[in-house]
Amino acid sequence: MRITCPLCGARDHREFTYKGAALPVPALDSGVAEWDAHVHLRENPAGPHEELWQHAMGCGAWLKVRRNTVSHEILAVELAQDAGLVIKEDRS
Amino acid sequence: MGFSGKFSGWRVLKEGLTGNKGWTAHWRDPEPKREYDVVIVGGGGHGLATAYYLAKEHGLRNIAVLEKGYIGGGNVGRNTTIVRANYYLPGNSEFYSHSLKLWEGMEQDLNYNAMMSQRGILNVFHNDGQRDAAVRRANSIINQGDDAEILYRDQLKKLVPFLNYDNNRFPIMGALLQRRAGTARHDAVAWGFARGADQYGVDLIQNCEVTGIDVEGGKVTGVQTARGPIKAKKVALAAAGRSGQVAAMAGLTLPIESHVLQAFVSEGLKPVIDHVITFAAGHLYISQSDKGGLVFGGNLDFYSSYAARGNLPTQEHVMEAITAMVPAVTKARLLRSWGGIMDMTPDGSPIIDTTPIDGLYLNAGWCYGGFKATPASGDCFAHLIATGRPHEAATRFKLDRFRSGYGLMDEEGTGAQHNLH
Ligand SMILES: Cc1cc2nc3c(=O)[nH]c(=O)nc-3n(C[C@H](O)[C@H](O)[C@H](O)COP(=O)(O)OP(=O)(O)OC[C@H]3O[C@@H](n4cnc5c(N)ncnc54)[C@H](O)[C@@H]3O)c2cc1C
Ligand SMILES: [Zn+2]
Repeated sequence: MRITCPLCGARDHREFTYKGAALPVPALDSGVAEWDAHVHLRENPAGPHEELWQHAMGCGAWLKVRRNTVSHEILAVELAQDAGLVIKEDRS
Repeated sequence: MGFSGKFSGWRVLKEGLTGNKGWTAHWRDPEPKREYDVVIVGGGGHGLATAYYLAKEHGLRNIAVLEKGYIGGGNVGRNTTIVRANYYLPGNSEFYSHSLKLWEGMEQDLNYNAMMSQRGILNVFHNDGQRDAAVRRANSIINQGDDAEILYRDQLKKLVPFLNYDNNRFPIMGALLQRRAGTARHDAVAWGFARGADQYGVDLIQNCEVTGIDVEGGKVTGVQTARGPIKAKKVALAAAGRSGQVAAMAGLTLPIESHVLQAFVSEGLKPVIDHVITFAAGHLYISQSDKGGLVFGGNLDFYSSYAARGNLPTQEHVMEAITAMVPAVTKARLLRSWGGIMDMTPDGSPIIDTTPIDGLYLNAGWCYGGFKATPASGDCFAHLIATGRPHEAATRFKLDRFRSGYGLMDEEGTGAQHNLH
C-alpha cells in the first residue's frame, strides 16, 4: 500500500501508523453510551472504510484515509484537521 | 453417506491390505430442513465444536451448522496450530486451563486423530522486566493448576542450542516453559468435530451463506440464507473474523474491528525444532510441522482488513525478526505465506455471551488466539445456549465489559485499541 500524504506526497505504508476508525470525537460531557460507541464499537465494514493514520515517520500529520478493506485500495486522503476530527473544547 | 464404524489401528491395517476401499465420507451432505431448534452460523472450529457439545452434553439433536464456504476453509484451517494454557488474567486463565484439559481427551472422545502433540512451548524473554513478567505468569499458571517452569539461559541452551543468545538488542535470558502445550493438526480438529456432530444427527450445511437474521418483537425467529430461509428457535453466531458483519444483520454493532494476520511456512526439512518457541522480542513464534515445514508468524498487519492476504512490510519484518532469533532459518527457503481475518476486541479477549436480542447468542472476538480455545469455546457456548447460563469456565467473557469497564482482560496492558492486542 501507498498513501499520498497531502503534505509529503505518495509514501510507502511503512511510514504510517494506523490508529483505527475515523470517528467524530464526542463532546467531552457526553454520556457513557457515546464514549462506549466512540472507543469500542465499530461498523467494521468490508469495503470502503474511513480511518485515521499518522504519517509518523514523515511529517507527523494525522490523516483521514478512505480505504477499501477488501482490496486495500486507498480511495481518498485528507488532513484530519480539515475533516473536523478534533476535540471540541468547551469555551463557555 | 455417513461414515459408520470407528477408526482404529486394526481398521487402518485392514483397509491398507484391502486397497483402502472401505472408507466413506466422514459426514453427510444434507439438504437444509425448514426449521431447527438451534442454527449455528459458521462452520469453523468453534461452530462445529458448539454443535458437537450441544448434542453430546445437552442432548439436543435438531441442530444445523450453516457454513458459507466449506468445512475447515476458515481460520480453523489457516492458523499456526499452537495450543497452550499459559494465560495470566482471571477469566482467560481458567478458560484456557479448561480448554487444554479438553484437548488432552479430545482425540479419544472424538475417535479422531488430530495429531495433538504436547511438545511444550517456550516463551523466550530478553530482559529483566520480561523475566519478572514471566515469573509472575508462571506463578499464576501454577495457581490455576497447570504446569509452568522457568528456564534460565544455561538450561535453555541445553534444550534449544540453535537460538541466537547474544543478539545485541534482544539477548536471550531464559524462557517460560509449559510442557503440556504444543500443536495439533488444525483441519483434523475441524473434521473431527464435524464427524462427531454429524454422528449425533447435526446437519452440516456447506455453501450456505447466512444473509439475514430474522428478528420479531426483540426475539430471533430464523435466518435468511443462500439456500433459502431457515426458521430457528435459537441462533448462535460463531463467524470468527466476520462476526461484525453477521451481527450487523441483527442490527448489532460489536466492539470488534477485523484485522489480517499472516503466517509463513518453509520447505520441508529434517526435524530440527522440537518445541513451539515464542519470542518476547515481538509477537514472534516458530514451530516445525510434522511434514517438516518451519511454521512461523508475527504481528498483525495492524490496519483493518477483510483480505485474506497481507502486505510486504509485515512479511519483511517477520523474516528479519525470525532470522535474528533463529539464524539457521536463513538457510531455509520460504514455501508460502497466507493471511486470515481476525476479529479483534478492545482488550484482546473473547466474547461468549447472550445479546440484547432474545434467542441470539454471540461467540466472537477470538483475535489470533482462538484455535487453542476451540474445544472449550464449543463446550462453554453450548452450555450457554442450552441452559441460558454461562459455563463456570467462561463467566467473564461478557459483551458489556467494554461499556462498563468492569472485568476487562487486557493481557498485555496495551489499552483499548483493537489492533494493539
Ligand atoms: C495466520 C493465523 C495464525 C493463527 N495462529 C493461531 C495459533 O497458533 N493458536 C491459536 O490458538 N489461534 C491461532 N489463530 C487464531 C484462530 O485461527 C482463530 O481464532 C479461530 O480459528 C477462530 O475460530 P473458528 O475456527 O471458528 O474460525 P473460522 O474457521 O474462521 O470459522 C468461521 C466460519 O464462519 C463462516 N462464515 C462467516 N460468515 C458467514 C456467513 N455470513 N454465513 C455462514 N458462514 C459464515 C466462515 O466461512 C468460516 O468458515 C491464528 C489465525 C491466523 C489467521
Ligand atoms: Zn506527511
